[in-house]
Amino acid sequence: MSLVVYLPLVLPALFAPFAGPLAARLDPVHATWLLTGAAVALAGCSTLALGLLAAAAAVRIPLVASLGHWSLSVLGPDTPPGLAVALLAGILLGVAALTVTGFAIRRYRALAGAYREARCLPGRGQTVVVADDAADAYALPGRPGRVVVTAGMLAALDEPGRAALLAHEQAHLAGFHYLFTTAARLAATASPLLCPAAQAVDYTVERWADERAATVVGDRRLVAHAIGRAALAAKANRPRRPLPGMLGAVFSGTRMRAHARPGPVPRRVAALLAPPPPRRLVLLAAVVALVALAGICALIAANDLQDLLSLANTHHHH
Amino acid sequence: MPHADPQPPRRGAGELEAAVLSVLWQAGRALSPGEVQQALTRQPGAAELSYSTVVTILSRLHAKKALERRRDGRAFRYAPVADEAGLAARRLAAMLDKEPDRQAVLSRFVADLSGGDEQLLRGLLGDGEPEGG
Repeated sequence: MSLVVYLPLVLPALFAPFAGPLAARLDPVHATWLLTGAAVALAGCSTLALGLLAAAAAVRIPLVASLGHWSLSVLGPDTPPGLAVALLAGILLGVAALTVTGFAIRRYRALAGAYREARCLPGRGQTVVVADDAADAYALPGRPGRVVVTAGMLAALDEPGRAALLAHEQAHLAGFHYLFTTAARLAATASPLLCPAAQAVDYTVERWADERAATVVGDRRLVAHAIGRAALAAKANRPRRPLPGMLGAVFSGTRMRAHARPGPVPRRVAALLAPPPPRRLVLLAAVVALVALAGICALIAANDLQDLLSLANTHHHH
Repeated sequence: MPHADPQPPRRGAGELEAAVLSVLWQAGRALSPGEVQQALTRQPGAAELSYSTVVTILSRLHAKKALERRRDGRAFRYAPVADEAGLAARRLAAMLDKEPDRQAVLSRFVADLSGGDEQLLRGLLGDGEPEGG
């Protein structure tokens, strides 16, 4: 098997540093589709590459070789990949399978819980106002999804600000944004190098909803101010919740750097105060080319293995 | 039944209902339609609402069981129903706080701000503007 099989494993690392800048520069709808699609495709290709490496080792186990009618002398121990590499690939593949399954179960439960709550919330309207002084608002996925807004949040915003808030949350529900964030997070679980891409998608769906809200209320500045007020109000009457233990441990490093890099809210506000992002087809094409490269490499590698096995099979019969 | 508007109106029905509910919650007592109308008009950026529009919204909310009303002279006074929605949402919040995955399926309007974010945000929005609310 040629070195081409390693390229799909490297490409996510090459792509990851560009996820954040792409999220900031592209039109948010394009960025969401592109980053989600690229993350899923790259994760798929790298998983396939790991599988091929592991399979190339597995067929050299005498029992497997005899079952497949493959000649061990053709497959030989000196055929790349080396056994150590293949074993490592197998372990990584196993770990990825476990974490992906765990993630899928937890996310399924969370979504099922959200659907249940969306159904059980009182009233038949889409918007549910909650008597709570803390300023908070969120979209709850469901069939139909609901928008939950606290009285504290309504009080913090003026009339046009409320319209912007509702339009933003309705855009999340109408665009099924939780499917994008879930798909990107799934890809990052399978291939942890893609974590920056999943974070970027969390941000681009917010931008998508912001721009949609700006179209609905007809004023990007107004949406920027509504987000700013809401965030300041939320901070004023909701003391910063400590992150749950595990997350705290994982993210404390990022938190220490937090002052260096602005959080999502100021970036969203700044994006709305700046002119709308242009469509950058060159960047789009570059990412598509990268993903295509990963796909082609994975296919070549799969083809290589297949050729090797059919050669081993022919020799076995002679 | 709510009807689907092809073009979102400048002030959607849901939005007006939310504004009325917020007024009643802030008041903390039963209000007459006139008082609700005054409170709504006082809000910055609010368009003029006629008395009959306010009455319509209040009756609609009452029909949806979001408000309870009692007769006071010739009119009704309205107060938020105590408060199934609040209980449901508090239960929801308690549940969501426990699980990072539950948090992840919600689309929160605004993420938490760090200290640096807050300064940055105030800078972006201009001096003191956020307090104007």
